[in-house]
Amino acid sequence: MQKTGRTMLAKIWDQHVIARLSEDTDLLHIDRHLLHDLGGSRGLLDLKSRGLKVHNPELTFATPDHALSTAPGRAGTSKIGLELLAALRVETSASGITLFDVDQPGQGIVHVIGPELGLSLPGATIVCGDSHTCTHGGLGALAFGIGSSELTHVLATQALIQRRPKTLRARFEGKLPLGVTAKDMILALIGHIGAAGGTGYAVEYAGSAIRELPIEGRLTICNLSIELGAKMGMVAPDEKTFEFLRGRPYAPKGEMWDLAVKAWRELPSDADAVFDREVVIDVTKIIPQVTWGISPEHVIGVDGKIPDPKSVDDPARRAAIETALEYMGLQGGAPIAGTPVDWVFIGSCTNSRLSDLRAAAEVARGRKVAAGVRAWVVPGSENVKRDAVAEGLDKIFVEAGFEWREPGCSMCLAANGEVVAPGQRSVSTSNRNFVGRQGPRARTHLASPASAAASAIAGAIADVRMMGR
Amino acid sequence: MPKPFDKLTATAAPIMRSNIDTDVIIRIERLVGNSIRGTLGKWAFGSLRYLPDGSENPEFILNREPYREAEILVTGPNFGCGSSREGAVWSLQERGIRAIIGSGFGDIFFANCFQNGILPIIVDKAVVDSLAADIEATQGAGKVSIDLEAQSIVSPSGKQHSFDIDPRRREGLLKGLDEVALTLQRDNEIHAFQAADRTARPWIHSTRTSA
Repeated sequence: MQKTGRTMLAKIWDQHVIARLSEDTDLLHIDRHLLHDLGGSRGLLDLKSRGLKVHNPELTFATPDHALSTAPGRAGTSKIGLELLAALRVETSASGITLFDVDQPGQGIVHVIGPELGLSLPGATIVCGDSHTCTHGGLGALAFGIGSSELTHVLATQALIQRRPKTLRARFEGKLPLGVTAKDMILALIGHIGAAGGTGYAVEYAGSAIRELPIEGRLTICNLSIELGAKMGMVAPDEKTFEFLRGRPYAPKGEMWDLAVKAWRELPSDADAVFDREVVIDVTKIIPQVTWGISPEHVIGVDGKIPDPKSVDDPARRAAIETALEYMGLQGGAPIAGTPVDWVFIGSCTNSRLSDLRAAAEVARGRKVAAGVRAWVVPGSENVKRDAVAEGLDKIFVEAGFEWREPGCSMCLAANGEVVAPGQRSVSTSNRNFVGRQGPRARTHLASPASAAASAIAGAIADVRMMGR
Repeated sequence: MPKPFDKLTATAAPIMRSNIDTDVIIRIERLVGNSIRGTLGKWAFGSLRYLPDGSENPEFILNREPYREAEILVTGPNFGCGSSREGAVWSLQERGIRAIIGSGFGDIFFANCFQNGILPIIVDKAVVDSLAADIEATQGAGKVSIDLEAQSIVSPSGKQHSFDIDPRRREGLLKGLDEVALTLQRDNEIHAFQAADRTARPWIHSTRTSA
């Protein structure tokens, strides 16, 4: 048999095999385990009830993000949210797990703080009881979401039984047009191959447009891997990755740093590596994307028309479009731009980092949120918040009529009572436009931070390229 | 520890819409709390099962006889996509569901099913469609049989379909194995791996000194 090159997935995977359990299933070492307030204390309590201890508390880190109010001063955190926070404090302390607590640098959405603190590193295996753990793959990590049972398994053993996935390489080639962002790139890919297009695969994002992207853009790309159906997504680490990580609180220092970088340079897929599937996207053809339906695959360019079920022959597809349009309160065949909105939400593990807030502020600067629109900006972490305030971004938003909030998951998944009211329409920079995701009967349109800010100003779904900046 | 699964003959309900995500299976606010197990069955598919006024939606299949008693779901493509919330599986389990037959599932949901003794079966879409048609032809009265040992499904009209399953997962379900206990039997191997890895990749393990 001819020897071929190895993929980054294979390199990282093989480095973590503790035991081979079958032809395609291994016991993998887990390098970083991140806990949040929704599942963290439950997992620790589950472990305790089995009479077990946390195997490696020094590889486990926790922060509250899901059930916390993001109102100024955290006003309005629910009783149960406060109980979960208290339980997280007690159980992490009892187990010797570092907790990044409310109002402390380090607190924030778990997928924002991992990279920000240098906890997430190239070549590391990272898990968290949250499907958007794939985000950390933007640094060249093998990161994926797990359920509660697997969470308990990792707490107890610092290991996880996993089947090796197939590999898909998505190559984004060309120069990104003005006004088009990482969010638009990944939404375009989901539109192209569908919400199940990546099921069973680990996705490696590659190509010239990925190499050009700053790290925060790569994190956004990897974040939406799960909306492709893929629980893992990754980008090969490069000089940008190393520069991003250098000096971060938990990144290696001194000689250890040099050793780590030397190892990280070996991680990218070999030139002759073979992937199970390849997709190529010409980014020069991408225009700002916005979703129209109830799955991230229901996506079009902002200058496009909402699909018309009458023009679809396949009965199953036609019915799916009709169901989506009914829920969304939209007319097939109408242009999506100009659809009036009630809410704009800028935040979430997808798009709440400093570069996202800068992009939104650039559009909002000197303008006003349209009458009747409520617009929230929720920074991804305490550090993002402080950096944004230091730059004066909060002032730009507040002067434009946006509400500036405390860091957390907020309205992305509505676990904390922060919801879009029934029947209301939101342009959101988050990751899921599912039925009821932002609150019962809430209608969500996913878009980039720049597009969301433009829509807040226009009071309707807007093409940021027409805003003259 | 999951209950063992070997054979099942039961009412099956086809829910054929594509991309039914775990948010639709169980809303997040039902999962906020540490004592939620046992409270979730009535909230499974809440947005489909109940009308805005809280009454049952008579059109939703699990609100209709005999589908109300279903222990098997026959599902459209990409069932269980989205969030990793294991509460989706718990809510179906508390609703009485023990097996789900579809052409594809969200990866994390699929793994969560096995952790709870629920059997998710992947078969070709043509088989799913044929099963759904067979069930609907009997208005749900005809039962579906699943034999995990034999890896076979028998439709209400007697059509037999075989399915593939990872042998490890099959054994885990048949015996109701507890993965945590199994892995802890390998704790020596885990410690040996970590000892070697501390030399190979010290930056992974020295999180306390570098902070």
